Amino acid sequence: MGDVQTLRKGEIALRDLSKSFQIGGRSLRVLRNVNLDIRSGECLAIVGASGSGKTTLLRILAGLEAADAGKVLIDKEPVRGVGNERAVIFQEPRLLPWQTVLENVAFGLEVRGGHARHAKERARHYISLVGLAEFADAYPKQLSGGMAQRVGIARALTVQPEILLLDEPFGALDAMTKLTMQEELERIWRDENVTMVLVTHDLEEAVYLADRVLVLPKNKDSSPKIIEIDLARPRDRSEAGFVQYRKDLLREFGLH
Amino acid sequence: MSLQDIDRSIIANGGASGVKAEEYLQRAGVKLRHWLSRYGLLAAFLVFWQAASSSGWVNPAVFPPIDAILSAMWRGVFGGALLDDIAISLQRSGLAFVAAVVVAIPLGLFMGQVRPIEQALDPILQLFRQTSALALYPVFILLLGLGEASKVFVIFWATLFPLLLNTISGVKEVDSKLIEMARVYGASRSTVFRRVVLPGAIPSIFVGLRLSATTALLLLIASEMIGANKGVGFQVMNAQYNFQIPLMFAAIFILAGLGLIANYALVFAQRRLCRWSDVSI
Repeated sequence: MGDVQTLRKGEIALRDLSKSFQIGGRSLRVLRNVNLDIRSGECLAIVGASGSGKTTLLRILAGLEAADAGKVLIDKEPVRGVGNERAVIFQEPRLLPWQTVLENVAFGLEVRGGHARHAKERARHYISLVGLAEFADAYPKQLSGGMAQRVGIARALTVQPEILLLDEPFGALDAMTKLTMQEELERIWRDENVTMVLVTHDLEEAVYLADRVLVLPKNKDSSPKIIEIDLARPRDRSEAGFVQYRKDLLREFGLH
Repeated sequence: MSLQDIDRSIIANGGASGVKAEEYLQRAGVKLRHWLSRYGLLAAFLVFWQAASSSGWVNPAVFPPIDAILSAMWRGVFGGALLDDIAISLQRSGLAFVAAVVVAIPLGLFMGQVRPIEQALDPILQLFRQTSALALYPVFILLLGLGEASKVFVIFWATLFPLLLNTISGVKEVDSKLIEMARVYGASRSTVFRRVVLPGAIPSIFVGLRLSATTALLLLIASEMIGANKGVGFQVMNAQYNFQIPLMFAAIFILAGLGLIANYALVFAQRRLCRWSDVSI
């Protein structure tokens, strides 16, 4: 079984990651010496108050932002900038309004050098997976918010990444759609065998989806805390254990 | 649908043909109402003009009746007198418009993406844009003579800026979040340009094209009125001097028609290219 260990993909390690922003001549420290290991295939949620640096951390992981100091290692290799093994799902679907659902979903794979026909074929598969097969030829403006976000998810899945980075993916959706999307995302995550890093401000979402929750403190001198969510899947939001985890997380923010 | 088809459909529907006819009338009624709400006022205006002129409420020497204008237009176009003028006018404005497109769109696409160049060129562009092309016409005549070159150039000059500025703003206003999304998938600069920036800028480029087309006709008339012996704009002035008022109005209507055709052609092209967004006329 030792060989299987070396084949693992989508493993992330952060080493002494620091990042500051210059705002009005003042240096604002957002991340300070963050060390973290994300296991292959796990779902890690990152929560924190606004200003805790959770989105910055995700953007550094995505390669959209450079850290001032420290390293990001993916499958033990240091990385810089964006890479083919990662895909990002943003809070907004970010669809090209002049392309159909199918063209949007194939976009990522085409840009990464996939053959156009092959890209469209695989795009169709993932469009069905997110339940939009009938809307393949629709334009983004004809879709609801939830449907558009599904298209964004399908586009990310089509490149078959090892690591899926999600920045508050359901933050702009209504409560009902959000619950459905969370269930679908969990199903996809299990089927696709992908490492998921999910930034969210929704603690229930974190408990529902994550294997572990990273709580980023607002005070940069205290260190981040990790809470392991030890619940069977699919999880039941009303079950006592679930409620307890939610309470524990709320307490981390001084709330009840 | 040929007559046989109609017969067949009536036979096929048997007794229901009465219902069908009623439905057909109803649909025609809806269409008529739609047409009236859109063009009714225009038709009423033309009818009022005709009535006012032929009954002498307004001086028919100044406002000749519509039928006199139409017959002057008919004679001018099919007798060939106005055809030369239309041809030369189209040549002047078309040449200038095409030159503006060839210069402004590539330049605008480039300037919109390279910030330092855009910032360096913007003040001088603003100055040129605010300087009336007609005020510069005498300068162009001094430089290029009273022939075709100065006319084409003054139209080119005036059409250049709306197109250039709209192209630049179209490129600059492309959603940076879409560009970032493309970057996440590893898109190169040229891919980002081809698949995100250019299609995103097209609606704004079309706004520029439509403004430029209007400006081209405006400047065409002005330049033909100042120093020409041919052209639709020249005919407007010439007919007025010779007191051929129906011919003058005919030339004016032709100009309006050219403007409408140019606008509709551009709207049609935009609809084909931008099926994803709503295009209003």
